[in-house]
Amino acid sequence: MLLFRASALHTKLRRELWQMRGQTLAIALVIAGGIAVCLLSLVNYSSLTATRTQYYQERQFADVFTSLKRAPRHVLPRVADIPGVTRISGRVEGVAKLEVPGFNDPASARLVSLPPQGQPDVNRVYLRHGRLPHAARNDEVAVIGSFAEAHDLLLGDRLGAIINGRRQSLTVVGIVESPEFIYVIPPGGMLPDYERYGVLWMAREALASAMDMRGAFNSLVLQVDPALPVAGVIDRLDRLLAPYGSTGAYAREEQFSHRFLSDELNQLKTMAVIFPTIFMAVAMFLLNVVITRLISTQRDIIAVLKAFGYSNWQIGWHYSQLVLSIAFIGLLIGTVAGVWLGRALGELYMDYYRFPELLFSISPLWVLLLGLLTLLVALLGGWRAIGSAAALPPAEAMRPEAPASYRVTITERMLSWIRFSQPSRMIVRQLARRPARAAMSVTGIAMATAIVMVGNFQFSSVSLMVHTQFARVQQQDLTVSLTDPVNQSAMYGMTRQPGVRYTEGRRVVAVELVNGHRQWRTALTGIPDDARLQFVVDEHLNRVAIPPAGLLLTDFLAAELGLAAGDPVQVQVLEGHRPVLNLQVSGVTSEFLGVGAYMNLAAMNRALKEGPVINQVLMNLEPGQAETVYRDLRDTPRVMAINIRQAMLDSFFETLAKTFLTYTLVISLLGGVIAFGVIYNTVRISLAERGRDLASLRVLGYSHNEVAHILLGELAILLILGIPLGWAIGHGLASLVVAMMQTELYRVPLIITGRTLALAANVVIVSALASGCITWWRLSKLDLVAVLKTRE
Amino acid sequence: MAKAYYMDKATSCLPVFHTSELTKTYQQGEVEVHALRGVSLDLFSGELVVMLGASGSGKSTLLNILGGLDVPTSGEVKYQDIDLTRAKDRELTRYRRNYVGFVFQFYNLIPSLTARENVIAVTEIARDPMSPEAALELVGLGKRMDHFPAQLSGGEQQRVAIARAIAKRPKVLLCDEPTGALDSATGALVLAALDTANRETGTTTVIITHNASIAQMADRVITLSDGTISGEYRNATRQDPRTLSW
Repeated sequence: MLLFRASALHTKLRRELWQMRGQTLAIALVIAGGIAVCLLSLVNYSSLTATRTQYYQERQFADVFTSLKRAPRHVLPRVADIPGVTRISGRVEGVAKLEVPGFNDPASARLVSLPPQGQPDVNRVYLRHGRLPHAARNDEVAVIGSFAEAHDLLLGDRLGAIINGRRQSLTVVGIVESPEFIYVIPPGGMLPDYERYGVLWMAREALASAMDMRGAFNSLVLQVDPALPVAGVIDRLDRLLAPYGSTGAYAREEQFSHRFLSDELNQLKTMAVIFPTIFMAVAMFLLNVVITRLISTQRDIIAVLKAFGYSNWQIGWHYSQLVLSIAFIGLLIGTVAGVWLGRALGELYMDYYRFPELLFSISPLWVLLLGLLTLLVALLGGWRAIGSAAALPPAEAMRPEAPASYRVTITERMLSWIRFSQPSRMIVRQLARRPARAAMSVTGIAMATAIVMVGNFQFSSVSLMVHTQFARVQQQDLTVSLTDPVNQSAMYGMTRQPGVRYTEGRRVVAVELVNGHRQWRTALTGIPDDARLQFVVDEHLNRVAIPPAGLLLTDFLAAELGLAAGDPVQVQVLEGHRPVLNLQVSGVTSEFLGVGAYMNLAAMNRALKEGPVINQVLMNLEPGQAETVYRDLRDTPRVMAINIRQAMLDSFFETLAKTFLTYTLVISLLGGVIAFGVIYNTVRISLAERGRDLASLRVLGYSHNEVAHILLGELAILLILGIPLGWAIGHGLASLVVAMMQTELYRVPLIITGRTLALAANVVIVSALASGCITWWRLSKLDLVAVLKTRE
Repeated sequence: MAKAYYMDKATSCLPVFHTSELTKTYQQGEVEVHALRGVSLDLFSGELVVMLGASGSGKSTLLNILGGLDVPTSGEVKYQDIDLTRAKDRELTRYRRNYVGFVFQFYNLIPSLTARENVIAVTEIARDPMSPEAALELVGLGKRMDHFPAQLSGGEQQRVAIARAIAKRPKVLLCDEPTGALDSATGALVLAALDTANRETGTTTVIITHNASIAQMADRVITLSDGTISGEYRNATRQDPRTLSW
């Protein structure tokens, strides 16, 4: 394919690109790295966003959600009459303790009813296998895919369930997904646990009779005309449903699954900005160095071309084409790699988020923009060198470049007590002669180190965070959530159960915290004075005393609400009589995991005008007694759900390891590419500039290794300076990432472990060794005789 | 084919170099160049030999082979007991390091090292070197030892190169067009330095040049043309290089 008119200059360009193919490739790879990360993140972000949007549309995902105690179904038409409401679905919801054959841990599920016609109008389910439960059957369920997969459930399998205290046997007839439960977190838990918590769909009649909700509903989801404000609908809905024990309607933005998914998508967007910026900056530097060098070796050629009548513009364009060609190769590799990696990672996310199918989407406009940006970056990188080539007067260009002048460096003066060998002096002075370039090489190496660090620190940080959380802060083996508040004395009955060593009761209520126009739905937890199993800690993991009155808030939550210690806050309790309390924020604390509001248990009981009641029991078990306790708890009527600490940890790390390790590998690889690009180019240019000196030394009797020492010694110094600088930059970037990736689910603390530092250094050193080996081999091919015959 | 045997009782009767039927063929692009077509010669300890020849006569190729920078295609080359004919890179490096001093047309100084340091670069890897200062004094540069190459004139740079070559007390000093890049007056000074070095250290010295005037400073003159030795003669007396001009 003949893209260009094959002029002599084009032929020159093509041959030169081929001659310096190693360097061309090294730079192209750095550019490709930047483009790949950018595209990968963009592809993931836009594919997942598009997939989600389509999924939401197809499944008629609700705009407004509300739960209530109990309302008769004849209220529904009045809801539908609220201006702006387009579709509604009144449902029955409940909870069940499950008995899965062959699985002894306690498992529980959220139950959602399906209308007689099968699919509801809002929050339609996606049928993966089988069919929906028959309207007239009370023993058929459709199971959410994550739970079915965790237990290898097949159509026709049977589950035991305790619903509203009654044991029932259920048959799996369908495996489904729902836009409402993309991200499923068990009550009382902080992280998904697909083995122990699922969602089941049953026919409305079946569930209503089990829950004593015949002719009534306790959950309502609805869609709103996009042209009308959701807030108005929520207002009217709350007023309409208040008499029926509504806990207050909330918009999609506050829906759990949606909120977590949005958080994660935003993280992808952050990645799409930070990493490519670093890569492009490094690529610019490399182009600058390489092109400057190339042009200085081609002064005579430029002079001849100008003597023949080529214009400055033609010369400039010729070298610009060289730069653009390299950028284009990078763009090509990067686009292919980025789209491919994006797809692969997208599949991984699919497993994770359980969308029915991945809608692969990347806007051609973005690719085009990225392409333009790349070419621009390349031109900027080569700008100075190209400009100086074009401006070179022919007569001056004919003359060789002025001889390099060196000086005795300050370092040598300061270290005059060291006897430098002459090769060592050469290294020091070479670095001192081109301090800007040396500084840029050091920066390039530092950037590579930093990128690997940023790719890795999160893994250590998150592991440490979770371990700390569970080792220090959550020392209970089990968290038992009760269906209704009970008197604290009931807890002592549990303590006496065989296998239970120690118990601690807490009171947890759903609340909406309101400060002016800001609001946040969360759980308010009452913690006893003498809490031993779970308490609140600050960022240094020191225990924070719960103030005798008022609220203690997680700093993330306080910031979202714009609150500080001492501020008043309105607490709308979303349960029981739904009292509205006016309390004070008495403290703010940092937590890694989840967000929360805490109160002294006794103070909370007083504020809620209730006796000494609790609705959550934390337990420590006797070793080896877990199974007995689980069985007993399953049969205890008021127990709603049980969270096992170890199980939560295991499932978290399994997910974390899968996503993070893939990501870490990709980033480390890219960091390695940058390191290689920088180091290889630095060494190759050094070799080109000093080939003559090195050959002279070889002639004078220096051995191959002694000469290699000069080149590789320079490299070693760059590494010794670059790696620690990279650690420092990495630390800075990591804190930036930490700040940008604060989510409700967790706030990654900035923890840089020795392992992270070592890994970053190792990736860079391995790249350096690879470049070193190539250089060493190149040195052996140095033409000693030719070098002596030419003037410098 | 001329065979140069010359016994100089004043110097020594043992040849330090012995070559026989040396040929060297190399590819230059797609053309096969026959640079040497059978050269046999002996060089004796302490003598100063000037090899004369036009460009392309093979003199540089011969010097490179003698200096261990290159190996012949066929024939034999020996330095004392060391067979250079099929020596490996490592052996050639050791040979250059221990026995040979080089002076090049374009000096080949290391620009990042001062005059003194350029000499030290060689003395610090040599077995029995003279002091770098002494070497520089010998070529008349005692006052400019701490200057960088960029701060020295061409003639001064070449004299640094000579100091660097003789500082390790080489057994043989090989000079490839040492005055090629210099004007006549400066060239004479450089040649004087070589002459002094030869007289005072007794180092076998080979100067290759296309400049016939230089031949007068030699003990012996060998002429090369077209890859073979085309003639040789001995000067009755060595003329002081300072009196030469071209």
